[in-house]
Amino acid sequence: MGLESKLTNDGFFTTTVDALAAWARENSVWPMPMGISCCAIEMMASGDPKYDISRFGSEVMRFTPRQCDLMIVAGTVTYKMAHVVKKIYDQMPEPKWVIAMGACTSTGGMYRSYNVVQGIDQFLPVDVYAAGCPPRPENLLNALMQIQDKIGKTRVKDFPDVPQAGFESKQNELFLSKN
Amino acid sequence: MKELLNEKLTKQFPEIHFEVIEQFDELTFKFDKSAVVPVCKYLKETDGLKFNLCEDVTAVDWATRKNRFTVVYHLFSMENKFRLCLKVDVDESECSVESVSSVWRAANWPEREAYDMYGITFLKHPDLRRMYMPEEFEYYPLRKEYPLMGIPGAVPLPKK
Repeated sequence: MGLESKLTNDGFFTTTVDALAAWARENSVWPMPMGISCCAIEMMASGDPKYDISRFGSEVMRFTPRQCDLMIVAGTVTYKMAHVVKKIYDQMPEPKWVIAMGACTSTGGMYRSYNVVQGIDQFLPVDVYAAGCPPRPENLLNALMQIQDKIGKTRVKDFPDVPQAGFESKQNELFLSKN
Repeated sequence: MKELLNEKLTKQFPEIHFEVIEQFDELTFKFDKSAVVPVCKYLKETDGLKFNLCEDVTAVDWATRKNRFTVVYHLFSMENKFRLCLKVDVDESECSVESVSSVWRAANWPEREAYDMYGITFLKHPDLRRMYMPEEFEYYPLRKEYPLMGIPGAVPLPKK
C-alpha cells in the first residue's frame, strides 16, 4: 500500500497545504449532472457498476449546483436553455470546472440551426471537450481524468479572486496610509 | 364518407365553395378562411360526422404565392375512424384567421406554435403567446426568408 509504506519510514512526510488540498480536491470531484438530452444517458451509464465513476471519486452526482465542483453539460443547449445553464453554473461555488460532453455541446453538432448554441464556450469557460455523439462512458471518464490532472496542478496562485500570500500586509499598509 | 361529408357540408354551407382534394389516401377540403369556426363546429358536433379530435393545426409558407400561407387542420373522427384535413389560405397582408380553440381546446397549443413559427395571428385565441421561441424574439423562424442560422443577436446569450 502506497501511503502506509511512506508512513512506516519516519511516520511523516512533508508537503505543502496547497498540494495536499489539490490532491484531495482532485480525487473527490463532485459533478453537477447538467443532463439536457441523450448524452445524459451515457452520463448515467458512466455511473453504473460497469463503468463505475466512483473509482475516480466522482459518484456523488449532486442535483443542487451549490455542492458541486464540476459541471458536466451533457446535451444540446438551445439559446433558451443557455440562460438556465448559465444560471446554474453561477450558483456553483468556486473553484469550478466544466466538461462539454458531446458534439452538440461542444460545437452545436448536427443542429446547425438558428435555435441551438453553436458551442457552449460562447458563454461558459469550458475546460475539457469530450468528443462523440454521444461519447461513450469511457470517453467521459477520460474527460474526467483530464479534469483531475488539471485540478491536481492548480495552486492558490491560479485563483486571482482568492487573497494571495502577502495580501494582509498590503491591506495593513493601505490601512496605515489612510490613517 | 367522402360523399356524406361533401353532401352535408354543401347543404349546411351553401354560400361557401369547398374544393375537394384527395391525396395520400386522405381527404382534404379547401375553403375560405371566414368560415373556419362554423365549419369546424359543424364537423365536430353533427351526428354521423363527430370529428372530435383535433390532431394538429399547422401552416405552410409558399413564399412567393399570392395567398402566402395555408393553415392546415388535421381532424380525426373517433366514431367513424376517419381522418380529414382542412385547408384555408391566408394572405400576408391580412395575416390572421379565427382560432378554433373554442371548438377544440386541443387546438390551443398548436395554434400558438403556428403563431410562433409563421406569425399568423389566431383571432380570439385565449392565450396567444410564443410557444418555443423566447418572448422577446422578433422574427418568425419557419418563414422562408428567415436564414437557417438565424439572425445574429436575435436571441441574446448570457454574458461570459
